[in-house]
Amino acid sequence: MPDTITSMVVNGVTIEAIDKGRENANARPILFLHPGIGIDAVAPVLALLAKGGRVIAPSHPGFGTSQIPKGMTTVDDVAYFYLDLLDQLDLRDVLVVGVGLGGWIAAEIATKNSARLSRLVMANAVGVKIGDRETRDIVDIWALMPEEFDRLAWFDPKVGAHDYKSLPEAESLSAARNREATARLCWSPYMHNPKLKGRLHRIKLPTLFLWGMADRILSEQYGRAYCGLIAGAKFEPIEKAGHFPHIEQPEEFARRVLAFADAPAAQAAPRARRA
Amino acid sequence: MQVYYFTEQPYYPAWNSHSGSLRVNLPNSVADPKTAGDLFHRYYDEWKIADELGYNIMVNEHHQTATCMSSTVIVGLSVLARETKKARILVLGYPIGHRPDPLRCAEELATIDVISRGRLDMGFIKGVPYEFPASNQNPVAVMDRFWEAHDFILKAMTSHDAPFNWEGEFFHYRQVNVWPRPVQQPHPPVWTTTGNKSQARLLGEKGYVMATLGSGYATRPLYDAYRAGYLAKWKRPAPADRVAYLGLVAVAEDETEARRRGELVAGYLRSSAIVHVPFRNPPGFLTVDDNARMLRGQSAPRSFTKDGRAVNMHHGSVQDLIDAGILFCGTPDQVTRQILDFTEYCGGMGNLLMMGHAGFLSHEDTVSNLTMFSQDVMPRLKAYKQPVPEATAA
Repeated sequence: MPDTITSMVVNGVTIEAIDKGRENANARPILFLHPGIGIDAVAPVLALLAKGGRVIAPSHPGFGTSQIPKGMTTVDDVAYFYLDLLDQLDLRDVLVVGVGLGGWIAAEIATKNSARLSRLVMANAVGVKIGDRETRDIVDIWALMPEEFDRLAWFDPKVGAHDYKSLPEAESLSAARNREATARLCWSPYMHNPKLKGRLHRIKLPTLFLWGMADRILSEQYGRAYCGLIAGAKFEPIEKAGHFPHIEQPEEFARRVLAFADAPAAQAAPRARRA
Repeated sequence: MQVYYFTEQPYYPAWNSHSGSLRVNLPNSVADPKTAGDLFHRYYDEWKIADELGYNIMVNEHHQTATCMSSTVIVGLSVLARETKKARILVLGYPIGHRPDPLRCAEELATIDVISRGRLDMGFIKGVPYEFPASNQNPVAVMDRFWEAHDFILKAMTSHDAPFNWEGEFFHYRQVNVWPRPVQQPHPPVWTTTGNKSQARLLGEKGYVMATLGSGYATRPLYDAYRAGYLAKWKRPAPADRVAYLGLVAVAEDETEARRRGELVAGYLRSSAIVHVPFRNPPGFLTVDDNARMLRGQSAPRSFTKDGRAVNMHHGSVQDLIDAGILFCGTPDQVTRQILDFTEYCGGMGNLLMMGHAGFLSHEDTVSNLTMFSQDVMPRLKAYKQPVPEATAA
């Protein structure tokens, strides 16, 4: 579906984005923020989400074929970049959906400025430090063999296994860029921003944590603790999925996202007081 | 030709008791500190002997590894600055892109230059892939950080009249004023390493000494790129002393004994790549294009013999390594001829970095290797008249 891939220039930086459903002027905007492995234009989850709105799924700066400006070195920078993108497209009442690294970016965006946002979905998100300094919350993915990563990240490791040797050149370049860009943003502090925990109280949006329960890069305990840092956030497990539930269970993932988006505000987020 | 004697100061007793990785994740419980102390003293004794035999000296560092116990060059340089008398002391190198504080680097190196009475050669390096998981330095864009650290260190060594300010991308200082300043003016010579031609050209423009390792009969294009950069900037041909080559050396009275020593010295190559696989290529260490090629299963061999046969540096036989110009091994006459043949091929090469000890080569063998080389090979290398690069076939 190459007609849905577009490129846009934000602050002089050209990025690629999948844009599905823009023909419907009244469609709810859904900003889909991909995890470190990038986003595939033909991912079923995007078509399923597009039944409930206009899906915009950019490749983050440095990922896929998107440019990255010099000096963009943190998820903090990427979050400001997306705030500029929302301004430029003049999107309102945006449902932000992020998986893994994308979930972290979503949280950073929402702590900075949620004026253009309606609700937040974070799936198997990284981004905060939960345990003590000697507890590794998040498996060191750069110390793993590829098959070990697949075993820990997926409910069904066969879904994740790639035959890179047979990849077309463009796809191998994207895979290499995704790996490098993830490290640029996440190498140290490893996969989190030490400041984020102290800023999550600023998120007043209805928030849903989706959690692929077979994820062994992150623990369920990590997800529940992270969820507990955002007032009123709900935690919903997704079975038979690991770190990438949008790929392993796209129907279930999209169904829950859209049900959450369609629910009345009070039901979506009982306004809990900050503990 | 100058000769620098080098050993990695290995903890070789652990080489046979690992489970697939000699670096980063090999538990330090396998190394006995008492034995480590004995080995350090032995290696420093051998460097002292090398000093007396007329060698220069080279030291390095690696991290969390049984292949090299030196985890900071500053310790080795400090010991050698006072224990040796004549040798130039080359650090190759100091991984300045990994260090949190380049002001500290400048202070250490300036002090070592002063104590050694101006014998320091200052090699700055990026570091091998396995250093990144150990230091936790982000491998992505580490060369930007490297060059800022380099610029800062040289400015710190050459500023004498008032403290200066530095607010860069990576490092911040407000009152930089290194005490004492280095004795070599304007600063100790800068060396570095590379394996790629665009970097080689840049180093030529800077006029730094460029060293390569394991490049064998694929070295010439790197040197030529260096020479092109040098000529463009300095409007004269690069002298042979601007390039250096790290070769393994095993010499003995007869060829059989030399080959036995060669096999032991080659232990360095056989052990150096034994690393848990994910640590061999951290993200961002190679370019995106190189990584994409690797994903597609295409990786080009690095080492070649004179007649163009690819040799695997880590698994090749002693004969392969000799043919590839990686190991110089044989009687003094043979070794002299191998080195000079290689130098002719290079179009000149003014600094041999001689790995004269590795792994299980004993103290007695090491001293014998050093002594024989210094008596029967080094004088011929020193007397050798370097070729003019243009006059040699590439």
